[in-house]
Amino acid sequence: MPPLTGPKSGDALFGSVERVNAELFTLTYGAIVRQLLTDLEEVEEVNKQLDQMGYNIGTRLVDEFLAKSNVSRCVDFKETADVIAKLGFKMFLGVTATVTNWDAEGTSCSFVLEDNPLVDFVELPDTCQGLQYCNVLSGVIRGALEMVSMKTEVTWVRDMLRGDDAYEMRVKLTKQVPEEYPYKDDD
Amino acid sequence: MGREVAESCVDGVVMQMVAAYCGGFYAAKPELAARRIEAIGFQVGHQLTERYTMERPRFSDHLEAIKFICKDFWSELFKKQIDNLKTNHRGTFVLQDNHFRWLTRVSVDPSVESMDATENDSTTLGDSAAQTTSMLLYFPCGIIRGALTNLGISCSVTADMSNLPACSFVVRIKT
Repeated sequence: MPPLTGPKSGDALFGSVERVNAELFTLTYGAIVRQLLTDLEEVEEVNKQLDQMGYNIGTRLVDEFLAKSNVSRCVDFKETADVIAKLGFKMFLGVTATVTNWDAEGTSCSFVLEDNPLVDFVELPDTCQGLQYCNVLSGVIRGALEMVSMKTEVTWVRDMLRGDDAYEMRVKLTKQVPEEYPYKDDD
Repeated sequence: MGREVAESCVDGVVMQMVAAYCGGFYAAKPELAARRIEAIGFQVGHQLTERYTMERPRFSDHLEAIKFICKDFWSELFKKQIDNLKTNHRGTFVLQDNHFRWLTRVSVDPSVESMDATENDSTTLGDSAAQTTSMLLYFPCGIIRGALTNLGISCSVTADMSNLPACSFVVRIKT
């Protein structure tokens, strides 16, 4: 049965989910990153672990997003990116991302965040050169998109923890798996 | 009200922390995994009390500090107070949350997890679910210990989850 109403606005979505004090989230993530830096010898290993954790989280968050947002099927990658930026970030983090810097084919774009609850209170010491502190976010995007049949590569272009003026993730669509219909029965 | 995020963000990172330490780095060494998860919780609790007590006068005794944890601290984290506080007046406190939020999405009933599995698989899955839950509880134990340590109380904290989704946290103050 199709939804009786259109997609919810970002603010309505954020208002409809259970919310918690952002400090618990920020400080928990920070403590996890710190512990990983102690336990894993290479910063690159920490980056991989954060990305994998984010991927696993993303594969689950997309279910909640689709269940609550009333978003219907997106026709292409551009529409999907807009939905993530305007609704997805708002629903989960309470902030809005901007989609920009599309390439000519419409398969690469940037998500820009000027506000990011993950990094309140965070300062990186010089010993953490190479740490992608917010790698959990790139993993979430990759995991969520893969669950809706879009394989992507996500890389960080700008990072405020390194002195840039915003956070920018470059998202490149590498493969879109068409959904087959009707499904064949097993027997 | 301060800044908020969706609860599933916290659920997500907590679950992945447990999965990374129990299933990944220390799959064969549960004590080391437990210690790491507790250490992360300790750090979080320590920092949160710093923020939640900024404009408060000092607590006059241990009971006042414990009550702060049961009321204000728990409300900030879980939007409810601890349901029951008991003490033997000799340094042990039991804080009971009748519906602990972080356990409400955890199943430890083997029959739910493995309707189609054999008996052996059922046992394994049940044990695995129970172990994951007990590992998860090292995190709130660490939070409580970190919070109390920042309030000047050295203690150890353990959890009792024998009545899910109720959970009791046993605080033993060191003298």
